[in-house]
Amino acid sequence: MMNTMTKVSHTEHHGPASGLGRWFFTTNHKDIGTLYLWFSFTMFLIGGCMALMIRAELFQPGLQLIQPEFFNQMTTMHGLIMVFGAVMPAFVGLANWMLPIMVGAPDMALPRMNNWSFWILPFAFAMMLSTFFMDGGAPNFGWTFYAPLSTTYAPPSVTYFIFAVHMMGISSIMGAINIIATILNMRAPGMTMMKLPLFVWTWLITAFLLIAVMPVLAGVVTMMLTDIHFGTSFFNAAGGGDPVLFQHVFWFFGHPEVYIMILPAFGIVSEIIPTFARKRLFGYSSMVYATSSIAFLSFIVWVHHMFTVGLPLMGELFFMYATMLIAVPTGVKVFNWVATMFRGSMTFETPMLFAIAFVVLFTIGGLSGLMLAIAPADFQYHDTYFVVAHFHYVLVPGAVFAIMAGVYYWLPKWTGHYYPETLGKVHFWCSFIGVNLTFFPMHFIGLAGMPRRVPDYALQFADFNMVASIGAFIFGFSQLIFLVVVIKTIRGGSPATAEVWDEPHGLEWTIPSPAPYHTFSTPPEVK
Amino acid sequence: MNNANRTHKKNRSILRTLLLASVLMFGFGFALVPLYDVFCRITGLNGKVTNTGPYTPAGSDTSRHIRVQMIAVNNESMPWEFKALTPMVSVYPGESKQAAYLAYNPTSQRMVAQAIPSISPSEAAQYLHKVNCFCFDQQPLNSLESREMPLLFVIDPELPDHISTITLSYTLFDITSTQATSTPSTSTQANTSTPVTDSSQPNNIGRNTL
Repeated sequence: MMNTMTKVSHTEHHGPASGLGRWFFTTNHKDIGTLYLWFSFTMFLIGGCMALMIRAELFQPGLQLIQPEFFNQMTTMHGLIMVFGAVMPAFVGLANWMLPIMVGAPDMALPRMNNWSFWILPFAFAMMLSTFFMDGGAPNFGWTFYAPLSTTYAPPSVTYFIFAVHMMGISSIMGAINIIATILNMRAPGMTMMKLPLFVWTWLITAFLLIAVMPVLAGVVTMMLTDIHFGTSFFNAAGGGDPVLFQHVFWFFGHPEVYIMILPAFGIVSEIIPTFARKRLFGYSSMVYATSSIAFLSFIVWVHHMFTVGLPLMGELFFMYATMLIAVPTGVKVFNWVATMFRGSMTFETPMLFAIAFVVLFTIGGLSGLMLAIAPADFQYHDTYFVVAHFHYVLVPGAVFAIMAGVYYWLPKWTGHYYPETLGKVHFWCSFIGVNLTFFPMHFIGLAGMPRRVPDYALQFADFNMVASIGAFIFGFSQLIFLVVVIKTIRGGSPATAEVWDEPHGLEWTIPSPAPYHTFSTPPEVK
Repeated sequence: MNNANRTHKKNRSILRTLLLASVLMFGFGFALVPLYDVFCRITGLNGKVTNTGPYTPAGSDTSRHIRVQMIAVNNESMPWEFKALTPMVSVYPGESKQAAYLAYNPTSQRMVAQAIPSISPSEAAQYLHKVNCFCFDQQPLNSLESREMPLLFVIDPELPDHISTITLSYTLFDITSTQATSTPSTSTQANTSTPVTDSSQPNNIGRNTL
């Protein structure tokens, strides 16, 4: 043990290995962070192409481009890839890059496991995507894979889907363990819990959520597996099982999962807004407590996804009020962000634009969520485009905008160059307009009764659908601007200072830009 | 170095704890299955009748009559003819009532069916006692054979006043294919029942939900 330690400390300041091997065998948190981010962007484009295929089909009523069977595969795979392939790995990538630096650690706590948790993912998604080329096609039962659609009536490729979910679950759990160990055990001396940057705090809570619910997801797909292949009847009524049980177990995972996708976004925005408002974050400790309460509440509201399955009145009421309660800590957060900006010396660089758009548009998504929480009204909204509008508002201008804000914010630190500001702003405005054109009309067609996951629709929904499709193509293609910005910044640009922005707070701004391959080999002083 | 060693050790112990937590949560996912079942049994949600077997009511309440509607549903692709002999009966709480369903197998093969019951309103489920029911057993029918399938039930006099109609629905499932792969007498149970069952009534599938 002592020997290896000494050896490590002798070779501590070597740079990255050369060639492809660097990426396969790396245990460096910055390399792995980069891998995660590129992987997630690739998945974002693949899932985005599926979304555009859906929107192209829905451009006009009637069936034009794709068949209903393929449409179902598109909606299913779009959801799965965006949730598990794009949003979650992007946050893990940002965590890998930033957490060790933010807490003053030399690397993640378990670097070798870190390599594993990334490299499982490409295999999981290769397996998932390969189902397109199989007999019967890819999974077509929706990303929520309700039994018996995903068991009795599933295409044969469902088994590959199950194993892909197992693998990405293992990857997420390993990533979460690593993050918890890093935060709890690798902090620089003096970095107390209540001094942690909020991105670190939100990720700590997210990691606990991951460890609590990803195994339940693994459990539910295992039950599907045994139902399909080994004759059990967990979800099969004929054998004494219950399809509604599936929904309970799935949403016990599924609801904390939506907070897994938004809490780190809260953290990123809480880093960015103070920097560009040139004030300290308003209500730091209330932010920590609000995040913890949201995480706790996320475990006792899952049935609000199932208001229409036939619940007793008391059940409807309990889950309705518990759900509405989440608006309180979330409201605290939104209030704190606004209070941070209040009377600040604000400037509007690209990260700040994305962060402000996040606050505004996420709040819209939150409010439509509150509408959906009203059990009697939910009977009208259930499975309509209103739901689609709601969760896309919290996930696209919510989670995805926060990821982009984070990338713009830290990109100069990663590459040592400022990104082209004008191009960044063009990307922001195209995305902002595209996102709202796509998802805002869905509120109206949803309230008017257009069902989701159907490739055709009644004529009265035609205009809004056309607008949504145009918006989707604007949003989709403007992400290529993002790609151009990132590549341009990696290749060159005006050199960034160590601070990058105007007196930002946090340890990441005390190291040079670009961040050296090894940072904080000796722990920094935290005042 | 000592410090690094200590950090390393503590990382390991966090890793172990959290791995154990993940395994426990994986188990919890499966534990939700019996928990859900127990929850439904206690609360009578989901229209599941759990009071089966011999029952002597604590008296009778002839002052009111409860309408019991009998519904027969074929699960998708189930070709049998399946209907209630008397679509509606009227009983007073505490009265033992015999009813029957009629099933006919019009196909050219021997088939095995299983009926899955459901009660509406679900609140009534805990007051309905099934002394005997064809849904306790699998129902094999030869080609072109038909059978009257009996049902004996009692309604608990404790039934709340505001319930005046109870709907009793049976859905008939074709389970022939699960029978073909196993020898009928021994491995039926392992093949088709959920892992959470008590063994008071051997050879019944899905009995925990009846």
